[in-house]
Amino acid sequence: MTAALIAEYRKLFSTRMWWILALILAAYLAFIGASMGFALGYEPPDATPEQTALLPQGAAAASTVYSAVNAVGYVFPLLIGSLAMTGEFRHQTITQSLLVEPSRTTFLLAKLVSTVPVGLLYAVIGVAGIVVGGAPVLALVGDGAYLTDPDVLEVFGLALLVMVLWTMIGVGIGTVIPHQVAAIVVVIGLTQFVEPILRVGLGLFDATAGLAKFFPGAAGDAVLGSSLFGTMMGEGGGTDLLSRPAGAAVMVAYAVVLAALGRLTTLRRDIG
Amino acid sequence: MSSTVPTRGSVPISVEGLTKSFGSFRAVDDLSFTVRPGSVTGFLGPNGAGKTTTLRMVLGLHQPTAGTALVGDRPYAQHERPAAVVGAALEASSFHPGRTGLGHLQVYAPQAGVDTARCHEVLEQVGMSFAAGKRVGGYSMGMRQRLGLATALLADPPVIILDEPTNGLDPEGIRWLRGLLRAFAAEGRTVLISSHVLSEVQSTVDDVVIIAHGRLVHHSSLDELAAMASPEVYVESPALDRLARVADERGWRHQPDGHGMLVAETPAAEIGAAAYAAGVELHQLSPRGATLEDVFLGLTADRSTPGANQSVHTSGEAAAR
Repeated sequence: MTAALIAEYRKLFSTRMWWILALILAAYLAFIGASMGFALGYEPPDATPEQTALLPQGAAAASTVYSAVNAVGYVFPLLIGSLAMTGEFRHQTITQSLLVEPSRTTFLLAKLVSTVPVGLLYAVIGVAGIVVGGAPVLALVGDGAYLTDPDVLEVFGLALLVMVLWTMIGVGIGTVIPHQVAAIVVVIGLTQFVEPILRVGLGLFDATAGLAKFFPGAAGDAVLGSSLFGTMMGEGGGTDLLSRPAGAAVMVAYAVVLAALGRLTTLRRDIG
Repeated sequence: MSSTVPTRGSVPISVEGLTKSFGSFRAVDDLSFTVRPGSVTGFLGPNGAGKTTTLRMVLGLHQPTAGTALVGDRPYAQHERPAAVVGAALEASSFHPGRTGLGHLQVYAPQAGVDTARCHEVLEQVGMSFAAGKRVGGYSMGMRQRLGLATALLADPPVIILDEPTNGLDPEGIRWLRGLLRAFAAEGRTVLISSHVLSEVQSTVDDVVIIAHGRLVHHSSLDELAAMASPEVYVESPALDRLARVADERGWRHQPDGHGMLVAETPAAEIGAAAYAAGVELHQLSPRGATLEDVFLGLTADRSTPGANQSVHTSGEAAAR
């Protein structure tokens, strides 16, 4: 297993993909941080007290901005995780990989575990991006950057956990959908369109409002304890979130179920 | 499973009743053969005959529908460290274009149980040191073949399996590969190489396993296959009558042909030696008739006629149709 882990780790870091995605992640989150910082921090001079009360203030505003590491940034660990598996099929390196490790369960477990450092790295890079973009804007136009506030530090710490879980879910998706282009389309489509629309849409009806909190993105928000969607929808109209541990458990469940499904489908078939 | 890695010279490959069906199509049909250590065995057949499917079953990548394939005493996947027992380079086994040649080897080195120094060593061995730091995306077909071979050699395994290793190699590369594989066999290793062109491996292999439509059609030494070629030798001599007497003495069938004569079913070397011993001057001595390639094509020709005789040819049977 150790050898398999070293091999997977080398696979991840011997091509350019990891740092290209990391660069885009940093730049994208810096932009998101700056724009959200402005949106939540800036109070128009003619704002009524009622309007102001709708938006989070102070440390809560800062936490909400920084939690976009998950709410917006989660597509990146999903992508690198799914690419770790789909790349094997796209470039047919799966053949050589299974020649040196015929146990497909070991192969899959090594893939899942080896993505932990990548998830952590992406969390650090993502947090750095959102802080570089968001903190100055919050400090200048808002109530402050609150970089040492316990709630904010908690968001940063939990972002590490969430990003690792996203990377593992990505590996699971890549195993279920080994076709690289299809996996990328599904990841981007689900995260950028389907889940946001469904979360808002299902939140509108009492009968379905309970479902949305089990979506992976909502579970991630629950772990961070701060939701961009909750803020956007305002009190009452927004989606409920699970408790922090429940959110983490739901994410783990997604990773485990997807990986198991991939093991029983893609990785049970003949290779080549 | 705490078996030690088998030493060279002790690891045969045995395939027994191996069958692979895709739906109603039998890609490999009740195939049995053995590959002995200390020799190079050519696994031959036209494209689509089932060679790659067979190799993938031997290597645990495909699940056989029936039958077994053993490397040494157990299936490939049940070896503790398979890459240390079998070094394989499959035709389709490809590379990440963004990884360097050295990077590719370093990825698989841990599971082969070797370090980076060994990666450099195998690159040197296949003549690829100059491209170690270049991305594989820029490699030629021949360079990829060599990198695939380097990957197979990482753990210095006692068994080497190469699928169409001559594809993409220039004539010089093919000659180099021949020398390398001969040396491996001389060291007692088991070498199995597939090809759809007999002539490309003819001077490399000791044994041949020939399949067509997933079935075994011939399994023998190359010499025995060559014997099926029923050779004729065209001989020219200023003393044809004396040569004819030599042939008669030895019971060789012969007949006049152009300026010389044709001697049937006798190797050219034997005729040359006899003529030399008898002091007969020869001006030409050239083998003719059914070539090895003709025999090979005859064995593997489409025999899809229902009920056609599918029995395995042995060296005694006439080969050509």
